[in-house]
Parts: sequence; structure tokens; C-alpha cells
Amino acid sequence: MSVIQVNQLRKVFKVQKNREGLKGAFQDLFKRQYNHVAAVDDITFQIPKGEICGYIGENGAGKSTTIKMLTGILVPTSGNIEVNGMVPYKEREKFVRSIGVVFGQRSQLWWDIGVIESFQLLKKVYRVPENDFKMRLNEIVERLQLSEILNRPVRKLSLGQRMRCELAASLLHNPSILFLDEPTIGLDIVVKTEIREFLKEMNQKYETTILLTTHDLQDIEALCSRVIMLDQGHIIYDGGLQNLKENWGKGKEVHFQFQKSYKLPQLHELTKGLNVKWVKENEMTAKVWIPQNEVNVSDVLSRIVGFTDISDIKIFETNTDEIVREIYKSGSAEKPKEVVVSNV
Amino acid sequence: MFPMFSAYIDMIRIRFLMMLAYRVNYYSGIIIYAINIGAYYFLWKAIFGSNETLGEFTVLQMTTYVAVSWMARAFYFNNLDREIANEIKDGSVAVQLTKPYPYLIFKMMQGLGEGLFRLLLFSVPGMVIVTLLFQIELPTQFDVWVIFMVMIFFSFLINSQINLLTGMFAFFVENNEGLMRFKRIAVDLFSGLIIPISFFPGWAQGILEWLPFQAITYLPASVFTGRVVGDAIYNAFIVQVIWFVVLSVPIYVIWKMARRRLVVQGG
Repeated sequence: MSVIQVNQLRKVFKVQKNREGLKGAFQDLFKRQYNHVAAVDDITFQIPKGEICGYIGENGAGKSTTIKMLTGILVPTSGNIEVNGMVPYKEREKFVRSIGVVFGQRSQLWWDIGVIESFQLLKKVYRVPENDFKMRLNEIVERLQLSEILNRPVRKLSLGQRMRCELAASLLHNPSILFLDEPTIGLDIVVKTEIREFLKEMNQKYETTILLTTHDLQDIEALCSRVIMLDQGHIIYDGGLQNLKENWGKGKEVHFQFQKSYKLPQLHELTKGLNVKWVKENEMTAKVWIPQNEVNVSDVLSRIVGFTDISDIKIFETNTDEIVREIYKSGSAEKPKEVVVSNV
Repeated sequence: MFPMFSAYIDMIRIRFLMMLAYRVNYYSGIIIYAINIGAYYFLWKAIFGSNETLGEFTVLQMTTYVAVSWMARAFYFNNLDREIANEIKDGSVAVQLTKPYPYLIFKMMQGLGEGLFRLLLFSVPGMVIVTLLFQIELPTQFDVWVIFMVMIFFSFLINSQINLLTGMFAFFVENNEGLMRFKRIAVDLFSGLIIPISFFPGWAQGILEWLPFQAITYLPASVFTGRVVGDAIYNAFIVQVIWFVVLSVPIYVIWKMARRRLVVQGG
């Protein structure tokens, strides 16, 4: 069953056009021109209950705009959204009770007072019964190691501490869906790992559906079974991460460390007939590029293994970063659709 | 309204805590109010000179008026317009909208927390000091005190409504700084805080009677100083209630419009 259903969703922003020069500025005073820019342009997807879905794309691709429509903040220009059986912007107050939201760049905690005071307020706002609240708070506090910082004012927390508190705040009412907009932005690797593990655990234990946007593909690899990739308001990929690698990954690179020095032509000779590319690193080490779907890694290995003693072999897959970089590059060939409407 | 009651109370509590978090702000606030009251007290004394009455005010009524209107201001004054405008400008209004409460009512509650803080920690001790230092006359009837308290609560409501309207203007223009400054001066001047409305020229009084500002300071202070008595007290109160109802309409309409065209800045 899908808990998030998005159908032909569009959001068009009216952007004021500033004409050039003094003359243009005067003209703007009396008659403004606007560009209509579609930040989200006709996207459709469903997310089933309990899934962790990564939502990625370059800056300005429309990720945050989508999240803001899904959480009831923005009103769509056209199209349908149904989340938890409700239309987010229509019954905002009722709807947001069932979701948790974290914006990595904005805080939902009160800046000047102890973290626990914000939690107490949220308890009342979401009408969480005292016992449930205690249980939930204890669990989260223990899991995220918050007990020492609960009484500190938010302004005195480090970013990592604040982020853990933000997560806690968004989960106190046990929401069935969690929206995370760049939850790991600016965090060190230890905190990132902690947060990922915590999210995974929450997802497994409570079947919390999670939709997260990120620029850190490690987040995606660690958490998501599915990615939706966005470019200039359009979905350009929707599917499993493994699929993405298989379709877009171009091959593997194998590093050999030999016991003795070697010469490149020797290696060329050994792999004759296979479409591979050798690169000499130094006297003892060599790299070979093996294109996907053409040559098997095992073929190459079997031919080299007899040649000389090998002290080390490393196999590198094209990593997700590279794949995504490739897709972003090729996907942004198109320019966004802009319609000039004057006299508005 | 009622299911949210305990959350509203908690919001007032949180704002109380926030005010307590900055001690210097608190102490400097007391000094600023003391200086203002003192300055206007002596200014009016000098203006009266040897006159017994001026603009229907006796000296005693005037000094009491100055003291009580500044004390009332400590309660009804807040910076909700600035807070809302800032939240709209920096985009943090988005976070507020992901919470299950009516944004504007929650803002009002924060303002109320701030007002109660100042009422209890500025106005009450301040009023005690002022009665000892200056010559003023407090009402002796208990019911005048009660109606005055109710009236300054409406002062708070009306002033906050004006602040909500001014703040929400940031949804429609990129910078509403000028409007907020104008509003601040308009409230202090036209509400009768700086000069009682009966001192304005006749034509100006005629205009001010049709504006909401008089309901903020002039009406409750007039009741408190005993210049308005009997049934006129109820008329003054009804004027406040009417303004409260009237101002609710544009707030509702503008909020609905703003929700439709909300553009969250940044990210």
C-alpha cells in the first residue's frame, strides 16, 4: 500500500524579471515582467509503507520544493498529492500530526532555552500521552546519547548535537512518515554514521516510511533501497540503487601489485583479444580498466595470475558518486522551460 | 481552540523562559521604562506650569495617565511584526507550518507570554516605585481595576492584531521594514501614549476616533484615570471589542492569501 502518492505534480514559481540599466529599472517600476519557472514539473511516483527512499538531484533540481509540497507547506500549482490518505495543504493541521519533518538547515527547536523545554512543548502540541512520551523520549535519548545535552540551550549545542536533537524532536510523536531534507549536511563522519544507523533502526522497528533528500550519496548507499533522481523538475531515474549501478556503471578497475618489475607489452600480450586498457603505475604495479558487459573480471584475472607472483589485487567499482556525476552532467543538457508572460 | 489549550499555555511558559534567559535585557528594560515615565512626567509638569487644568486634564490625572499608559504599554507591546517578517524572510516559517498548530494564534500566545512577563516583572514593581516617587492617583474602586485589566487585555489583542497584519505584509513585498517603523510610530502617537487624544486638534480627533489605535492606550488609560465613568466605561470597552472583531477579518483573509502564494526563501 502506498503511503505517498504523487500524480503529475507541478509547482510553478513566478520570478520577477529585472530589466537592464536605468531605463529598464524605470520600466520595472510601472510594468513588471515575470518569468514562470517550473521548479517541479510533472512528477509522478508512489512510495509504499516502510520504504526508505532517497530523493537526489543537483541544487535547484526541485527536491526541497517537492518536500515542501508533500509536507503541506506549499500549495501545488497542479497535480495531486496524497500522503497518509490526506491532501497535505488542505488539512494541514490534521495532516502534520502524522508526519515528522527535519530540515537540515533550519531548526525546529527553541534557540534560547533547554532542549527538553522544546520537547515538552512538542508533547503538548502533538498531544502525546505522558506515558508514551516518557517511553519514547527514554528510548531516543538513550539511543542518540542525548541525556547530557537535554538541559542545554540549543544555541550552545554543536551542529552534530543539534541535529540529533532535531531528529529526536521529529520522532517524539511516533510519526508514520519522516521527511528529511538534507539531514546530514555539515556533519562529521561519526555523527553521520550514528544518524544513519538510528534511522535504519527506527525504520525497522516502527516501519517508519522515510523520504530523504541529500547530496551525500553515502547516505543513500547506507539507507535507501530506492532512489528517485530529479533534474530540473523532472524525474530522470526511479528505481533501486543496484540497478542504477548496473545501468550506469561503466566497468571495473583492477590494481595489481606484482612481486617483480614488469613491462607493459607483456601484459598486453597476455590479455590479447580482450578489450581492456592497461596503465602503468610504477615498476611493480599496474592498473587495468575492464568495461562492463564486455569482459569478465575473472577472464582477466585468470590470464594474469599465471604470469608472475602477485602480492596484492584490488578491484574498484565505479562508485556512486561518479555515476551520479555522469547522470547530472548528461541530464542537464536540457534547459528549463520558461514561459514569458508580460503584463501580469 | 480547546484541545490546544495546554499547548498554548506551554507556549506562554516557553516565552517566559526565553525572556528570563537574557537578564541584561530585563534590567535594561526596567531602566528604559523608568526613564520614559520620568521624562514624560516632568515634561507634562512643565507644560502645565501654574495651570490647574489643560485640555480637560488635571495635573494629577495627567501624571497618572502617563504612568499607567506606559505600564500598560509594557504589557501590550511586542515585536510580533518583526518576528513574523523575519521568519518569512529567512524562510523559517516553513518549519512552523510543519507543526500542527495555527501559526498566528501561536504567535499571539508568544506575545502574551512576553506581555505577562513584563506585566509581572516590569509593570507591577514599576508601578509600586512610581507611586512612591511621583504624585499619582490610583482608582479606589475595585471594579475599575477589574475593567481596566480586561481592557488592557484587549489592548494587547488589538495591538498584536495590528502587528500580525504588518508582519504578514512581508509575504507580499520583499522588505516591509518601512511599514513596520511607520506602524510603531503610529501606534505610540495615535494611541494616545505620547499625547492624550483630547490634546489633538478637533479634526484630528475626529479622524483618530475612527482608527483602532485609540483602543490600545487612550481608552483604557481614560478609564483608569477616572476621566471616563459610568456607562461610558462600557462604551469604551465595546469600542475595543468591535475593533478586535473587525481586525480579525483582514487577518484571516490575508493569511489565506499568503498561504496560497507562499514562496519559501532559500533551499
